[in-house]
Amino acid sequence: MIPAAPVKNLDVARRLGARRRFMDKLVRLLCIAAMLAGLFFLASILFTLLWRGIPALDLHVFTTEFQPTTYGDDTALRGGLMHAITGSLIQVVLATLIGTPIGLLVGTYLAEYARASALGNAVRFVSDVLLSAPSILIGLFIYQLIVLPMGGFSGIAGVLALAVIVIPVVVRTTEDMLQLIPNTLREAVMGLGAPKWKMIMLVCYKAAMSGIVTGVLLAIARIAGETAPLLLTSFGNNVNSFNLGSAMSSLPIAIYQQANSGFPDLIAIAWTGALIVTLGVLAINVAARTLLKTRG
Amino acid sequence: MSSSTETVATETSSSSSFGGLQARSDAAINATARVSVRNLDFFYGETKALKSINFDLPEKQVTGMIGPSGCGKSTLLRVLNRMYSLYPGQRATGEVLMDGRNMIAPSVDVNELRAKVGMVFQKPTPFPMSIYDNVAFGIKLHERLSKAQMDERIEWALSRAAIWDEVKDRLDRSALGLSGGQQQRLCIARTIAVRPEVILFDEPTSALDPISTLKIEELIDELKRDFTIAIVTHNMQQAARCADQVAFFYLGELVEIAPAAQMFTAPKQKRTQEYITGRFG
Repeated sequence: MIPAAPVKNLDVARRLGARRRFMDKLVRLLCIAAMLAGLFFLASILFTLLWRGIPALDLHVFTTEFQPTTYGDDTALRGGLMHAITGSLIQVVLATLIGTPIGLLVGTYLAEYARASALGNAVRFVSDVLLSAPSILIGLFIYQLIVLPMGGFSGIAGVLALAVIVIPVVVRTTEDMLQLIPNTLREAVMGLGAPKWKMIMLVCYKAAMSGIVTGVLLAIARIAGETAPLLLTSFGNNVNSFNLGSAMSSLPIAIYQQANSGFPDLIAIAWTGALIVTLGVLAINVAARTLLKTRG
Repeated sequence: MSSSTETVATETSSSSSFGGLQARSDAAINATARVSVRNLDFFYGETKALKSINFDLPEKQVTGMIGPSGCGKSTLLRVLNRMYSLYPGQRATGEVLMDGRNMIAPSVDVNELRAKVGMVFQKPTPFPMSIYDNVAFGIKLHERLSKAQMDERIEWALSRAAIWDEVKDRLDRSALGLSGGQQQRLCIARTIAVRPEVILFDEPTSALDPISTLKIEELIDELKRDFTIAIVTHNMQQAARCADQVAFFYLGELVEIAPAAQMFTAPKQKRTQEYITGRFG
């Protein structure tokens, strides 16, 4: 015999419902409050940057090297950030060119060849540790490995330090994006009689392309603002230099030095530098998001 | 024999547009084997998923493979082109014979086998590239063709898969923009473009709407003029509409294999009859 259906207690249901609606409102309120708090600080930073960075932002900043303070002397040449922009561009571009292929190959290895192997798990773990390692440690590592043997700071040391930061970012995104590809697609490629390397090169990379490119752009955004590892490697330089064998400036370092100078005109230029880095990183992030969207 | 089995048979033979069940079944009996499976065992790790399977795929005939979920029919299909070898821990013992060669022996090049035995999957799997490049992909793996020859082959494959008219004006567009049914026909075109001898269909219509399903079924019936076909399906009507020969699997065993007419009107095994009448599975 089937027992009679249990009687539903509507009173309890009503009380439970009221409580849940209250909790729902409360949680939503807390979420909105947290979002506003976050946005407030972000907006405050951006506003401050614009407020203090715009006054010195003109073409002159992009075309002049560092100059000593003009404080109290209106006829002296005002300084700019050309040396820092040149240095940053050189180091960021080269670090990306070195770090991306390595990260891409490691990520491919993890996703396509070593999903469950012991070596794969070890590499994945190390890469994740590297991803969250304080960047000053990477600076120290390159200092020991390159700067000391070479007998001095150099642009190439800065490039290598930034490349080491790029690698785990690209590894992570490449692996994640390849993991998202359904196995049925892989089977379809292999089912046509394709060797595995062709499957990866011709289909998987294509399917994961926008995600991988996004990862590279995020890595660029990250290293564009790195200061600590560069202090120990490329150090900084007051003149425009294309020589990778000697010290080289960069925007974060120039900001750091000029902001510490104590002279109002140099501090104004440091603010402008901060604004340029921020806008550059913002542009890269927007590009990354747009790419990710067009994927859909 | 129960009355409901008769219903399946009459419905399908009267509604079928692709030749009577009996005619197709007679053809299946007379055809020679293109693929012969002998004493095949299959293991997922320690679990035995197929138990000493013996059966033939008759040349230029459609073999329907039916059975409840987990019975091993898809596993068997994936043995025929060694798809299982992508996954560590999966192995097969026994023989899959084509022209006297055991195609699952390690000495046989797996890519050569897959050029001979193509596969169409449950869900459409268009590659993220143009329609033209999708079809050209497989051809380029195995042949060197001039541009003109390639164009000709692609038109042939797309026409053969009954999708040429729908895509001929947008060959350079992404295949991802096609509808599900079109994508599946594109995948069929991609498979036949390599000119295999055998085509394996793994529930090719289970993700499609009824109209697309009908198109694929008509296509399968058309394709058997040139290809030997095996199709795994959960849909009994589909098996009755398409297949010349039907094999029923249960718990990793081949319970019964017979010409379609016999299978749907007078199955020999009790379990077969219970399954095709919908009493279990």
